[in-house]
Amino acid sequence: MQSIYEKPKMLIDTATHFCPGCGHGIVMRLIAEIIDEWGIRDKTIGLAPVGCAVLAYNYLDIDMCEAAHGRPPAVATGIKRVHPDRVVFAYQGDGDLAAIGMAEIIHTANRAENITFIFVNNAIYGMTNGQMAPTTLLMQKTATTPSGRDPINYGYPIRICELLAVLEGSSYLERVSVSSPENVRKTKKALEKGFRTQTEKKGFSLIEILSPCPIYWRMDANESMKYIDEEMSSAFPLGVVKDWEN
Amino acid sequence: MKQLLTGNEAAAEAAIQAGCRYYYGYPITPQNELINYMSVRMPQVGGTFIQAESEIAAINMVYGSAAAGGRAMTSSSSPGISLKQEGISYLAGSELPCVIVNIQRGGPGLGDISASQADYFQAVKGGGHGDYHTIVLAPCSVQEMADLVYDAFDLADKYRNPVMILGDAQIGQLMEPMEFHKKPQKNLPIKNWALTGAAGRKKNVIKSFYPVKGELEEFNAHLQKKYKMIAEHEVRYEAINVNNADIILVAYGTSARICKEVVKKSHRFEFKVGLIRPITLWPFPTDIIRKMSEMVQCILTVEMSAGQMVEDVRLSVEGRCPVHFYGRTGGGVPTSLEIIKKIAEIVPDNRVAHTLLQLTEVK
Repeated sequence: MQSIYEKPKMLIDTATHFCPGCGHGIVMRLIAEIIDEWGIRDKTIGLAPVGCAVLAYNYLDIDMCEAAHGRPPAVATGIKRVHPDRVVFAYQGDGDLAAIGMAEIIHTANRAENITFIFVNNAIYGMTNGQMAPTTLLMQKTATTPSGRDPINYGYPIRICELLAVLEGSSYLERVSVSSPENVRKTKKALEKGFRTQTEKKGFSLIEILSPCPIYWRMDANESMKYIDEEMSSAFPLGVVKDWEN
Repeated sequence: MKQLLTGNEAAAEAAIQAGCRYYYGYPITPQNELINYMSVRMPQVGGTFIQAESEIAAINMVYGSAAAGGRAMTSSSSPGISLKQEGISYLAGSELPCVIVNIQRGGPGLGDISASQADYFQAVKGGGHGDYHTIVLAPCSVQEMADLVYDAFDLADKYRNPVMILGDAQIGQLMEPMEFHKKPQKNLPIKNWALTGAAGRKKNVIKSFYPVKGELEEFNAHLQKKYKMIAEHEVRYEAINVNNADIILVAYGTSARICKEVVKKSHRFEFKVGLIRPITLWPFPTDIIRKMSEMVQCILTVEMSAGQMVEDVRLSVEGRCPVHFYGRTGGGVPTSLEIIKKIAEIVPDNRVAHTLLQLTEVK
């Protein structure tokens, strides 16, 4: 009998700590699939962030490094400068990358570091019980915006891809989502393009992935996916923002 | 061949000769000669030089290169070192070897840019969060700066621990003739824990997060065991004129240079002054100071601070003899005469007062 769908070898056979309906598991699986298919376990080094994805190294069977909150771009830079021929990627959430680590991501892009960033945007701080993120939508209710995010007090959602696009050092920026099988396939393609940007030494790449957090969005899994398609995707339009090939 | 170099340049060149190929820095006075030197020399030896966007980014780049198995270094001065503390805690928690140079300036806050020793607490008591220690080496000359930087890389690799060089504006900017005598590397452990891509082996993970109950306590016990071993094997100090001394001075770095002058001048006293100069501030030379405290009338600690190392001296002495303190802050540097006056004040002995009077007249 021919197997048409299997657990990727790089995905360790263990229970994850992710909440039901969370998008992180999908993204990690896609990374594992690519490492399997490309046969690059031997030359891949990943970075885990502070936040919900910190235990990524328990799920991916590759060399991995933790980094302090917001610092994966700097740590990844230090690793990549030692091993320029390895595939180095950093997995970051919205608080990590777009709040506390804003300086690091901008300057890493500006130096055109040949590293791939996987930016999981769920518009919330999941691990600390659902506070506002820099990407929280306007009027979205969170633990620290109990009446909804009012721009007068709390500012506006930050569009990271568009922000980085103005820097000459960024090469490939795309926003995707995991809201449907079709979008998951697109996400995988975008991740592959990100890795290829790196292996062809074309510089900085970042894939922003809109991902659900049903628990702190106070929704069920289906509603969350609908929320990505109907609300999030209009604040954060999907598609290629910058591409060195075009 | 002797060369005339500043302490900052000597630290940079010694790092390169010790095999450091990854340097990340951010400009701050009075350590700028170091970052400038690295920007020229690193490309010449095929190494990496990055002027980072902040001290925080710089220390985290060090973290990355150290995790990847490289010899990495950063340098800064007091306010910048405060910013690096988060990273230093993570380096200690992930057991990563690296070298951090602190060319101290006056504080608190923006303070000033002149020499100070007010970062002692921050350097030897941890500085960042959690139970950890960095090994702290304190040079008192340009030559010793270079020598200690070589040793710092070896100690870091030997113990998988961050090492700090604690200098000050005078040691960093002073020019002195010095020589590089690169020593062959000792037998250091292989970095089989480093991130290289898991070719033909199990994956390596560099982390400091232990969320499962009990694991973190176990890891802390391992760290404490390592620190105990370092304290047993790596204490270094210089002892001058200590046999049959009546009083012992304790001072490091620039303060120790001035105390050496006091010891020299004291040969005219009938009263004998000795000096213990800690070279490792952590681990602290507790045993020799305790031993001395049983033989002398009193101890005088001299620092360019409001009194920080003196606490460790008192902990070493445990009341066996009086421990006095003389310090200057905010760019003030003690003079030998000030120290001698302090000695006359604390030692109820006419001979010292008499000699002091002579010295003052000569001046």
